Amino acid sequence: LLTSGQTTTERTGGTRPSRLGLRASAAVGLGRAASWLSRAAGRGDGAIIGGRIALAVDPGVLRQLATGRRLALVTGTNGKTTTTHMITAAIRAHYGRVATNHTGANMPDGHTAALAGDLDATHAVLEVDELHLHAVADQVNPEVITLLNLSRDQLDRAEEIRKVATRLAAAVTAHPQATVIANADDPNIVLAGAAAQHVVWVAAGVAWRADATVCPRCARLLLAQGAQWWCECGLARPQPAWRVDAEALTTPQGLRLPLTLQLPGTANRGNAAIAVATAAALGCPPEVALPAVAALADIRGRYRTLTLGGRAARLLLAKNPAGWQEMLTVIADHQRPLVIVVNAREADGFDVSWLWDVHFEVLRGRHVIASGERATDLAVRLRYAEVEHELVPDPETAVGLAGEGTEVIANYTAFRFLTTRGV
Amino acid sequence: MSQPSRVRVALVLPELLGTYGDRGNATVLVQRLRWRGIGAEVVEVGGNTPVPADCDVYMIGGGEDIAQLAAVRWLHTHPGLQRAVARGAVVLAVCAGFQILGSSFAGTDGAMHPGLGLFDVVTRPLSRRAIGEIVVEPAAGLGIRSLTGFENHGGATQLGPGAAALGRVVSGIGNGFDGIEGAVQGRLVGTYLHGPVLARNPDLADLLLTWAVGGPLDPLPLEETEALRHERLHHAGVR
Repeated sequence: LLTSGQTTTERTGGTRPSRLGLRASAAVGLGRAASWLSRAAGRGDGAIIGGRIALAVDPGVLRQLATGRRLALVTGTNGKTTTTHMITAAIRAHYGRVATNHTGANMPDGHTAALAGDLDATHAVLEVDELHLHAVADQVNPEVITLLNLSRDQLDRAEEIRKVATRLAAAVTAHPQATVIANADDPNIVLAGAAAQHVVWVAAGVAWRADATVCPRCARLLLAQGAQWWCECGLARPQPAWRVDAEALTTPQGLRLPLTLQLPGTANRGNAAIAVATAAALGCPPEVALPAVAALADIRGRYRTLTLGGRAARLLLAKNPAGWQEMLTVIADHQRPLVIVVNAREADGFDVSWLWDVHFEVLRGRHVIASGERATDLAVRLRYAEVEHELVPDPETAVGLAGEGTEVIANYTAFRFLTTRGV
Repeated sequence: MSQPSRVRVALVLPELLGTYGDRGNATVLVQRLRWRGIGAEVVEVGGNTPVPADCDVYMIGGGEDIAQLAAVRWLHTHPGLQRAVARGAVVLAVCAGFQILGSSFAGTDGAMHPGLGLFDVVTRPLSRRAIGEIVVEPAAGLGIRSLTGFENHGGATQLGPGAAALGRVVSGIGNGFDGIEGAVQGRLVGTYLHGPVLARNPDLADLLLTWAVGGPLDPLPLEETEALRHERLHHAGVR
């Protein structure tokens, strides 16, 4: 048995969250009841509704639920869910119980549900929407803030990238106690990370250069040479403590640890580097974190092979130009049939102009089935890219026509739909 | 006929003004020429090179507010675009690009900034940001079918006597003045339509190309663009 709180902190890195106040207890209880009802009614896993009700009963419930835990917040445009799963796997391997919003519900109601769902977890890893980082950090007082990357995403509803970078910087400034783990290769992230008192830079790469060409501080064009970039105003790529390449992860001590992931693509190598660095900031050694991260193969249906329209198909999610560029490299090493599914609902962004920011020309020589609610827009894009294509708006029919071993790249609501249809 | 042997389409400052897929406009123009057997190329004009004055068509797109100010600073310092316009070059300016080519425009700082003065228009802040699908009935003299696009801007653009409307708004906001969308001034077209506008509206693409090559072009019907046109008009409840 452990005898002192101090020892507990050293062994587990945290203490059990302090006891909840009466109101917070009631809030959590009611939230759980609502979650249970929602699940019983077959309306999803109920996490969000439960969190929403708990917050309505006690607006301070998130703060109380976070008290006494060691907590990391993860934000950025791409890789939030994947990196959160990676950090969670590492922390779980080292410390045991971890509360996390594994479903990707990354607003305060999702955080409340995640923490209420495991009151005994000493650690928590929470994915946070970029625009909510400040508000959530104010509530949960994070030990670590992890900043991945920023690129254009749903511009018709989200804010412009440089404004987001400025807001992240404000959140970081307001939490000087937090260690910030930040991507040194993304100028927008560097602007935010540089506001921190303790920052650990990771050379995690950027999949999408187009939003990393202008200085987020002064709007001059950035100068670049190799991996280095800098601006006349003084903003420049910081010296990274962690690096990752095609073979290995290099630690701040210069140790090269071989890295082979189950997950495909170079972006995931960057995510893994950031996850291991984040775990290290929480006291989890890389030798423990790395195998846990490397073993992950399926992140909430991403990269999963499932049966759709009677065919085995691998499902890939791409939410924005950076994500699309990454997925086009993931599928580039073979010639399997390819179905691309594009919707334009609110969660996707109503504007599909981004199709023209993605270099679909790399698909020349392949046959593509254009699908989804905005299949026609995609067909026009493919036509101008001189990519042979056919139009099959219904995605399940499209996969059925495409054949065995099809790759399906889908944007957000299309992906969500297909994960519910696949078996 | 002074048809150039190879049409050069300048994509102006895509790093600064290319947030909304507007680079696609250059792709569309070049492909529509090539498929007709006319040589064409995109000339990307990055912010570290002065704007060349000898291209045939100039495409300038939309971008974030901070980038808009950086772009106008660059274009004032390196006046290749202004020289090209004086020579009779064709220009398509979209959204922020349209605003900075006007006489003056409102910046994020709330102040009015001098534009390049190529369009006789002034842009002030719109009371509420205009976001969504837009349908425009083009001015009759242009001889093109109705236009569709996606607008996303906070500018209210008022035309002076030197500029004519690109068209009348059927649904959406457009310039935010008198139900007008865009501007036409000589061989310059300004618009708030993304999509990109030339991918959605092949008639407008071909109108610009006719101006650029100095004569009529062979028809180039594409099944996909026709389908998209009908789909977007249908979605907007037009026809």
